[in-house]
Amino acid sequence: MNCQKCQVRPATLHFKQVVNGKQTDLHVCEVCAKENGYMTYPEEGFSLHDLLTGLFNLDSSKIDNIHESPFQQVKELKCPTCKMTFSQFKHTGKFGCAQCYHTFSDHLDPIFSRVHSGNTRHLGKIPKRKGGKLHLKKQIADYRKRLNTLIENEAFEEAAVVRDEIKELESKVKEKKDGDEA
Amino acid sequence: MTYEQFMDKATSPWMLKNGPDHDIVLSSRIRLARNLADKRFPTVAPSEELEEIMEFFQREYEHTPYHDNETFHFVPMSQLSSIEKRVLIEKHLISPLLTKNKETAASLISTNEQVSIMINEEDHLRIQLYDPGFQLEKSLKKTFEIDDWIEEKVNYAFDESRGYLTSCPTNVGTGMRASVMMHLPALVLTKQINRMIPAINHLGLVVRGIYGEGSEALGNLFQISNQITLGKSEENIIRDLEGVAQQLIEHERLQRGRLLENLGTRLEDRIFRSLGLLTYSRIMNTKEVAGRLSNVRLGVDLGLIKNVPRNVLTELTVLTQPGFLQYHAQKTLTPTERDILRASIIREKLHEVE
Ligand SMILES: [Zn+2]
Ligand SMILES: [Zn+2]
Repeated sequence: MNCQKCQVRPATLHFKQVVNGKQTDLHVCEVCAKENGYMTYPEEGFSLHDLLTGLFNLDSSKIDNIHESPFQQVKELKCPTCKMTFSQFKHTGKFGCAQCYHTFSDHLDPIFSRVHSGNTRHLGKIPKRKGGKLHLKKQIADYRKRLNTLIENEAFEEAAVVRDEIKELESKVKEKKDGDEA
Repeated sequence: MTYEQFMDKATSPWMLKNGPDHDIVLSSRIRLARNLADKRFPTVAPSEELEEIMEFFQREYEHTPYHDNETFHFVPMSQLSSIEKRVLIEKHLISPLLTKNKETAASLISTNEQVSIMINEEDHLRIQLYDPGFQLEKSLKKTFEIDDWIEEKVNYAFDESRGYLTSCPTNVGTGMRASVMMHLPALVLTKQINRMIPAINHLGLVVRGIYGEGSEALGNLFQISNQITLGKSEENIIRDLEGVAQQLIEHERLQRGRLLENLGTRLEDRIFRSLGLLTYSRIMNTKEVAGRLSNVRLGVDLGLIKNVPRNVLTELTVLTQPGFLQYHAQKTLTPTERDILRASIIREKLHEVE
């Protein structure tokens, strides 16, 4: 498809404009996009169409980004650790690293839901090491609740004891972050 | 000891024991996909990073005693010839994908060949465990123990809401694929399997033929496994799989009984004709062997054939695969040469038990 503005260069970018709730598609080349000020992310332009017709056939409503400009271009997500972009992921169907799951987090539910019969959350085994940390976090939350009750009841001496216990648990959580289980 | 011990015998030591419902379920398998928290997945990681991971696992786990004095042997893909790789694939000790990453992949295989920990396949780790017969719950328990044992020295990629993080979205969550290998000759003969497969697929389970191309099941062997890994606990996934397998077992037994009743001598003829062909033929291709072995196995299960142990049939299933034949011959063989060698090995084995 050629650019809808200059009709000469191939349209490499796809924008959509929402007016009174109605969506208009606009296919333009990079030059025209810059000239007309559509580009909010000039170096990371890519086609929304590509994204939608990809491996997982995502529903477009799930990936709308809202910007101040009336022209919305979907921002390309990129994993800071392995540098994989969301379009690369959608093309290969494989994540690059654990961090990818966090980077693409907002867009994964529809994919997981399709692959796993509507499920998006893990139910099952928890690693021993991480399990310990989860366990500690839960314990801290419980202590905090108790601390609040004690303060409300003006039982300050007891509250001080609980506060110290929380501090100790928190330092344990920090230790675990380094991967050591002492 | 070197990796050659894993090539010498077609039957893995764990196969020699009879498991529950072994007349129909040949084996149970659990496979867990695991990744290291701070490393890129093998699909994108540079080779140096993958080599470091390989070295770490060799250093920490090779020859380290595990349960019952089982130890693990480190088998790097780079050291295997293409025929040797094929042999290990035919024994299900490694996957075809593992052999593709040959410079950066390896497997830790236990002495009794029950456990194989594949390193740098699609995920950093693929822990697989086989048990004879139908005993998924026990297999799961043992696999979890190995998982915990490995975890003592590594930090797994895990997310509170997504579970174990894997390279492919189809494995995320439990990272578990559980499966049973079933011999279903009566359901195939009565064509009942054709209407059962779609129903099983509908329940979120996958049925596929083993050793066959595409959907064809050579030797009436089927693998049934879970599709979903997210949103269900490992125990529940296995319970659902067991429920379906149990129904298949019952239907298969029922149909075997009916076949014996309705076909009588015709069924016996079919079974003994197969035994005769296996015992005396001079040329046999893989497909024919698979079909004949299935008939003979049915004959053994029905008590019609008494002198052939099931183990020999299991052994022949693996021994007559192309990789094994060529390993045996110590050279590459043409398809015709393979068919001749295959027939001769079968004759030899069956004459031994007569
Ligand atoms: Zn233009
Ligand atoms: Zn990443």
